[in-house]
Amino acid sequence: MNVSHPAQAEPLAQRLAELRGATPQRSLDARALAALAANPGCRRRALLDAAGVDKAAVAQQLGRPAPFGQSPFAIARGNVFEARLKSDGYAALLGPLRRLLGLPPEGGTPPAVPDLLSRATPAVRAERTREVLAAAAADPTGWTLLDHPMLRLTVAGSQAYLEPDAVVVHGGRCTVVEIKSFPVLDGSADPAKVGAAARQAAVYVLALQETAARLAGREPAADPYAVDELPGSPALTVLLVCPKDFSNLPTAEAVDIRRELATTRRQLARLTRIEQLLDTLPPGTTFDLDPDTSGAPGRPAEELAAAVAAVPAAYGPDCLAACELSFHCRDQARCADSVEQLGRGVRGELGSIRTVTRALAAAEGTAPAGAGSTGPDTDGGSSTGPDGDEATDEAAARLAYAAALRAEALGRPVR
Amino acid sequence: MNSAMTAHQPNGPGTAGPAPDSPGAAADAAVAAILAAAVRPRPGAPRGVVVDSPPGAGKSTLVVRAARELVAAGERLMVVAQTNSQVDDLVDRLAAKGPDLTIGRLHASDARPAPEALRHGNVTASGKVGDLLEQDVVISTAAKWQWVKDVDPWRHAIVDEAYQMRSDALLAVARLFERALFVGDPGQLDPFTVVGTEQWAGLSYDPSSSAVVTLLAHNPTIRPHRLPVSWRLPSTAAPLISSAFYPYTPFRSGTGEGERLLTAAVRPDGSAVDAAIDEAAEHGWALLELPARHTVRTDPQAVAAVAATVRRLLDRGLAARSEQGTTPLTASRIAVGTAHRDQAAAVRAALTALGVPVDQAAGPAVTVDTANRLQGREYDVTVVLHPLSGRPDATAFHLETGRLCVLASRHRHACIVVARAGIAELLDEHPSAEPVQLGVAVKFPDGWEANHAVLAHLAEHRIRLG
Amino acid sequence: MSLLTTLARLEAVRSGRAEPLATVRHRHLSERPMVLVPLATAGEDGAPLAVLLGTERAAPKLLLVPQPLNRTQRFEFLADFAAELLPYLDSFAGEVEQVEGSEKDPETGEKIPVLRELCADAPQLIVPNSGAVRHLALLGRSTRFRRTAEDPDPGPYPAPTRVPLLGRWLTHLTDRAQVPGSSLLLPMTGLLARHWATGQSHLEDQHLAAQLAWHFPPDGWTGARAAERAETGRGEDGRLLHPPAGPVTDPRFDTLVLAPAITRHDAALAALRQAAPGEQARAELHLKQAHERLHGALESELLPTWRDLWQGLDLLRALPPAAHLTERWEGDRWSYTGHRDRLAAGEPPQPRRDDAVTAARKLAQREREQARLDIQEALDDPLAMAGHRLAGEAFSGTVTAVELEYDTSGRSAKPRPLLTLATPDRPHADPGREVHRAGAASAQKAEIVAAAPGEVTVRVLSGMGRKREPEPGSLPEVGERVVFTLFELTARQSAPLPEPDDTPWTHGGPPGADRTPPTGPEDWE
Repeated sequence: MNVSHPAQAEPLAQRLAELRGATPQRSLDARALAALAANPGCRRRALLDAAGVDKAAVAQQLGRPAPFGQSPFAIARGNVFEARLKSDGYAALLGPLRRLLGLPPEGGTPPAVPDLLSRATPAVRAERTREVLAAAAADPTGWTLLDHPMLRLTVAGSQAYLEPDAVVVHGGRCTVVEIKSFPVLDGSADPAKVGAAARQAAVYVLALQETAARLAGREPAADPYAVDELPGSPALTVLLVCPKDFSNLPTAEAVDIRRELATTRRQLARLTRIEQLLDTLPPGTTFDLDPDTSGAPGRPAEELAAAVAAVPAAYGPDCLAACELSFHCRDQARCADSVEQLGRGVRGELGSIRTVTRALAAAEGTAPAGAGSTGPDTDGGSSTGPDGDEATDEAAARLAYAAALRAEALGRPVR
Repeated sequence: MNSAMTAHQPNGPGTAGPAPDSPGAAADAAVAAILAAAVRPRPGAPRGVVVDSPPGAGKSTLVVRAARELVAAGERLMVVAQTNSQVDDLVDRLAAKGPDLTIGRLHASDARPAPEALRHGNVTASGKVGDLLEQDVVISTAAKWQWVKDVDPWRHAIVDEAYQMRSDALLAVARLFERALFVGDPGQLDPFTVVGTEQWAGLSYDPSSSAVVTLLAHNPTIRPHRLPVSWRLPSTAAPLISSAFYPYTPFRSGTGEGERLLTAAVRPDGSAVDAAIDEAAEHGWALLELPARHTVRTDPQAVAAVAATVRRLLDRGLAARSEQGTTPLTASRIAVGTAHRDQAAAVRAALTALGVPVDQAAGPAVTVDTANRLQGREYDVTVVLHPLSGRPDATAFHLETGRLCVLASRHRHACIVVARAGIAELLDEHPSAEPVQLGVAVKFPDGWEANHAVLAHLAEHRIRLG
Repeated sequence: MSLLTTLARLEAVRSGRAEPLATVRHRHLSERPMVLVPLATAGEDGAPLAVLLGTERAAPKLLLVPQPLNRTQRFEFLADFAAELLPYLDSFAGEVEQVEGSEKDPETGEKIPVLRELCADAPQLIVPNSGAVRHLALLGRSTRFRRTAEDPDPGPYPAPTRVPLLGRWLTHLTDRAQVPGSSLLLPMTGLLARHWATGQSHLEDQHLAAQLAWHFPPDGWTGARAAERAETGRGEDGRLLHPPAGPVTDPRFDTLVLAPAITRHDAALAALRQAAPGEQARAELHLKQAHERLHGALESELLPTWRDLWQGLDLLRALPPAAHLTERWEGDRWSYTGHRDRLAAGEPPQPRRDDAVTAARKLAQREREQARLDIQEALDDPLAMAGHRLAGEAFSGTVTAVELEYDTSGRSAKPRPLLTLATPDRPHADPGREVHRAGAASAQKAEIVAAAPGEVTVRVLSGMGRKREPEPGSLPEVGERVVFTLFELTARQSAPLPEPDDTPWTHGGPPGADRTPPTGPEDWE
């Protein structure tokens, strides 16, 4: 259907703002950008994230709130750890950094820690960070530590503001420092958490590459394996700072983020396809929660559900740990009888069979297509119906064979 | 956007860099340096010499030369390979190239060596190492060497396919030699295990990692040598394989444009299969693309397309002309590569139904095997069932860089890839939330990037079927 | 996931109930298991918060850390935990049997017979999930190096001797849990998932209550609905109807219940310290009340999981034990006995990380045990064998013909009979391929002669005795059902590895000084 309306001429940002309506915008932070890679096939998530829709609030209103939350104990521990790092003039950070950069352990002056105007608006802070970065990159010998700088990244035509924990500038190059409160125990850490930290850091590195290129008046390199040598260019190894073993003492580990950087570039490039997604929406679609003066949502759940349903999702059980809307999407997948509710992996064996009912019908030899295909215990004549196709029959035949084996083993009557 | 390709072409073969010397001269220089290090080590040199060899870069030739020179220098040596067929191949080659060598083939009691290995007069086979100690060269698998005891260590060893050897296997056999030459292809499939090994991740001696990774971590003075020229891959394939799979260690083809020719005696019949064969004959690559759909692994239509392609390759009387002369393209010069064993079985069945021989024991036949078993093999033409064809989801197994690298680098002339449309979209939607282990070097290239680079190149040689 | 498992899950979606994945029980269950539900402090994986444990269903014991950040309280908790767990672990050490083995004489190299002690039974810990196993491993790591008053340098915070001992046992048990098929320490989610399929994914099965919900949905409810309530259902007070099985707590519980209770306890403790002599009794009462409150809060959070674990055991105990369980449990008994002996011999605690040889040995053991487990499960359970049949690695059929033939190439003729089987299976078997007969009286090899759809012919090569005619009963008869596998039916031995002191140059040489346990500053602070 080709609906032409004036929205097509509107800039992307404005169209996205309309989707969000009066609900406050959730800004696209590094964590959200990194999460794009978790399920890039999901158009629903891509669109809602791009529009800055508060998915948790939407899920709440749809009646299946996300079970995520942070314990006060975890927050307290994170804060204590970060405060500890900053004490003593960031001494805990500098030792590991020197090692990483191959510099002698002692000597030199303590780092400059410029004021980055932490109370200003993001735009002002970003401008300030840019200036400080340019000045620091021009100093070949000194150390500059940017504590919570503000970086800008162009995402699908609009500006996202990103706030790394720290960036250290030395010798004309900078290094992203990511502070996490999970422990490094005997030199190893939870790989899932390190992976998430690496993806998040890769977003900062990308933003710093863009900044350095702008400062040099150039376009950032497109090659995923390229290393920029511009003043202020970020190293492609970041420093992950975590508590050591069971203590509160920091330890720092170098993490190569080239792979994550390539992934992030790829995912951000895809975000431009948001416009195509927008074009497929029925006119007037909005995820506005219609908040009243107290901020409580007034949008009827059915209406909101219909709007959400207008954007296809790619649900898989791994969404449950990563996306606020996942319980809603799971319910939809169950209602739709789709086989993905059992995991993405099951589809590999089911070919083009997409529903539980069809799979079970095939297993029982009552599938509409290719109904004549054989179970192992029938007499082997393979007849393909007029609509049947070989590839589906193959999956159906395997299912029927599996069902016969299962019935035999369980002592159930074999069909 | 095929970024990996374009980005690396400046450093790639042929286009840039001061390369006044011919491929032959560059390769000779590399080989001479390796032999000097392995056969005549200077005092204080590291005990290991590592050679990274891209596909078809003369690894086997190097092993044979090194063995002969070591023996000529008065040494006896042991050779470690990873599978029985690799050992038999090596024995066959060494015995043929070095009729003056005495060769011992050490084998397990329940695994008789292949007849090709035993046909030479200078080969002695035994299940007991004690019977073979007088031989110049004793060859066996790592698995068998691990059980050898009560022998004096050899002064020299050659470890072949060292990147496919697991660290724990090296741990068990390293007591048998004083120094060793490790030769292998870092771009092929990594060793694996079916049990959990997370607790050792990041350890330099992680028993499930590759033997070479452990060796290099503990012997930082070893600088790997590199064979810079692929003699197997034609000029149409080397740049792609180099940039897609070896982004930081480029290599080039030993032959130039037009030096390898594939010609058909029989004109095309107008079918897509024939068009794909002609495309591959002219450009070295063809993508025979079936309509998009999700299928089971043994996609009957894709399997049929593979079988039909092989049948037509044989029927059309192809001739392969190369620097080694012109030979007819016979069944034994063709291989079909798949990701899974059941796919190979389905292709074999389909080929048998078309009257194509697939049983090697019964005479010349087309090889149909999985990537794992095709490692180290070479053919004139390969037909590959793309690991991602028809899949609703890409898994780490199907994206593994080494798998695609093996499948796409077995040919001297041409490679025809059979796949369903939709792989690009599948790659696009693949979640990439890989865990990261501290202290484990990231392996490059990423499977996604490599797959994408190959696919982008194949798209230029697409023939649609149906 | 195999297609058979997928099929069972599909069936469970339709029936709304868990569906069987096994016809027998594939893991040993102790008659007296120690059931254990540990909780960790949010944001600090290695910091214990509480544990509910016991060997009697009606008498769980709760231990807790009133203030998780307080080092002294944490140490007290670990000492209490050790005092509860160690007597249970020790209770299996006394009763032993003598087993004949052989050992190599270090001087002559000859094998000489020796008698070795093997404990008659071994302990078994049942925990909710794999997270609990990881948490216990962290506790083991954090306590096994603790210095005690008996150390030459006890440090500022010496622990009771039983604390490092607890650490060494937890390290041993969690390490053993990595061995496929072992049963000294078992997570209930894994146990249930091995035996039943639910209509949800294996990720969702990690939630113990959600997985169990598929076994016991309320009347008229589907498993999916019951599972969703277990995952997300909350009461009026905002707390989950069914608390998570740990070791991570529900953040809302932390906010609404735990944090206030801890604050109250902290305040009561502080008040007691500052109390004037006359107010001592009142302050003590306040502290007691605050402690009871905390105790009650954690108990109510843990008891539902406690009940789930016992309910899971009920389910599993109703399954008949698999034939090879005793054999595998003997491996666990050896593991337990071995650790008992190492402790008795005064060996140092397990190092932080394995050396090269130890790591390789453990990997070899796990691979060997995985192979053994796969084989034994297939032999014990037709449903497991069905998976191999579906994969083309085995075939089952009815014997339609037995044809006696002989190999006359040697000095005496040997029987080489041909068996023809009618089978629906399609083994990936080319002629000449070696196959093995499952369930034969003695190991029996054969080779494929011909395989066509519906019929396979094999030539039997062994397992028929030494005479010219096959031993009676060594061959199946016409009409008998037989199963052949393409895989061997005994796991291969692992190749020998060097001693750690003989670690070769390729692996960094013998492990040196870093093998001694760390004696630096305490990890805790």
